[in-house]
Amino acid sequence: MRNDNGALLKVDGLEAWYGESHILHGMKFDVHQGEVVTLLGRNGAGKSTTMRSIMGMVAKRKGSVTFEGTETIAMNSNKIARLGVALCPEERGIFASLNVKENMVLPPVVKPGGLPLSEVYDLFPRLAERANSQGTKLSGGEQQMLAIARILRTGATMLLLDEPTEGLAPVIVQHIGDIIRKLKERGFTILLVEQNFHFAATVADRHYVVEHGHVIDMIPNAELQANMGKLKGYLGV
Amino acid sequence: MMTLFGIPTAALFGQLLLGLINGAFYAMLSLGLALIFGLLNIINFSHGAQYMMGAFVAWLGLTYLGANYWVALALAPVIVAAFGIVLERTMLSRLYKLDHLYGLLLTFGLALIIEGFFRQLYGISGMPYAVPKELAGGWNLGFMYLPIYRAWVVFASLVLCIGTWLLIEKTKLGAYLRAATENPALVQAFGINVPVMITLTYGFGVALAAFAGVLAAPIYSVNPLMGSNLIIVVFAVVVIGGMGSIMGSIVTGFMLGILEGLTKVVYPEAAGTVIFMVMVIVLLIKPAGLFGKGA
Repeated sequence: MRNDNGALLKVDGLEAWYGESHILHGMKFDVHQGEVVTLLGRNGAGKSTTMRSIMGMVAKRKGSVTFEGTETIAMNSNKIARLGVALCPEERGIFASLNVKENMVLPPVVKPGGLPLSEVYDLFPRLAERANSQGTKLSGGEQQMLAIARILRTGATMLLLDEPTEGLAPVIVQHIGDIIRKLKERGFTILLVEQNFHFAATVADRHYVVEHGHVIDMIPNAELQANMGKLKGYLGV
Repeated sequence: MMTLFGIPTAALFGQLLLGLINGAFYAMLSLGLALIFGLLNIINFSHGAQYMMGAFVAWLGLTYLGANYWVALALAPVIVAAFGIVLERTMLSRLYKLDHLYGLLLTFGLALIIEGFFRQLYGISGMPYAVPKELAGGWNLGFMYLPIYRAWVVFASLVLCIGTWLLIEKTKLGAYLRAATENPALVQAFGINVPVMITLTYGFGVALAAFAGVLAAPIYSVNPLMGSNLIIVVFAVVVIGGMGSIMGSIVTGFMLGILEGLTKVVYPEAAGTVIFMVMVIVLLIKPAGLFGKGA
């Protein structure tokens, strides 16, 4: 059954726990086809936990997460991935025992329509040059590129990018911004976790502000400048 | 009589061959242990009992069903692996998030139960298992007599070890396995059914032990304690090679078998302990093992 508001991803009343710690307290937001949406918030607000919960990687969770109208809250992560959702984790998750090429082709193709490997290398030429290097021998920026690149060929249409610019040099951040805009042009839908709202403003359509495990505000990107004071207050900067 | 370094060549090469054969068993068993430890985080102490089960399935098949050696070589690993998979699903899978010690204790208990069961039924005197007629006899190489069956064991074990290494290092399935050893949650989030992969890996590791057990049946007598006698040495091999290292297990298995064989020629009194002496030295100098990462 499809959502009545036509959202590709709809999160409603999402709660999640790590052990006894209650992290998410009723997250509610949606992402439409072809949008780039960010989750902004302070450290520990629950942004990454939201990503991991959508991906099915948090064992204890309840509420509702629907993707293309399919309820995924009780699904294992491998089933969710097969629907066309892919995660680029905050810690990048590059496998040390695999080389760049092996890391790149590790995620299986879950749906038709993913980018061919040659196009992925066109977007990230540096990775083609380093195809035979061990994954963890790459620089931080190259590892981040690899973490994004490897989910583009799987056919996933919904990309969850968890802090892709964290700890990277400005020139690399700019490159990742370019990539995100290109992916949007190609029709990917992207949910982005960011602490750097200056960067988020250059790529996103809308921003959700997260605090204490729930959404406290939504700011369309066009209104970001007008709401800058409020946003800085939320983020404590 | 030909001699080399003052030692009769027949004795020297005879012991080398024995060492190579022992090494073949060390390699096959430690390979299975390394695979299981890598992905499941379980120190599979019941590995020796599963090796013994492989030999017993071969013996029971021949005795009661007339199934010959080749049938046993094909079917015993499957049967024992199925038994292993039941253990994994019903018991081991509950322990993955706990300390290694719990898995070790559970599998140690299982080994005692399995061995006790076979002891109760068949005693400890050991049952003979004939060398298959295709592999009976031997070749006189001039400097030594080479029994065909023993050459076959070394050959089969090399094929098995190299095949397993290629499977893990050079195939997509192997890449999934290596990746899941590092970060199973992320591999599952890519769409791979990691729990099924873990179960099949345990089954495969157990099948390797059972295959070794069938190979061993015509060399050593089939008895319920054949596994427990071997498994302590195999654990030393794994420690020396490096826990979880596939190539480490294979190379160390063969090298230590040969070292043990040579020690029997040079200083027989130390043959039973030389592997443990090497283990102590390796633990002191390179605690992660010769092929292990870190330390």
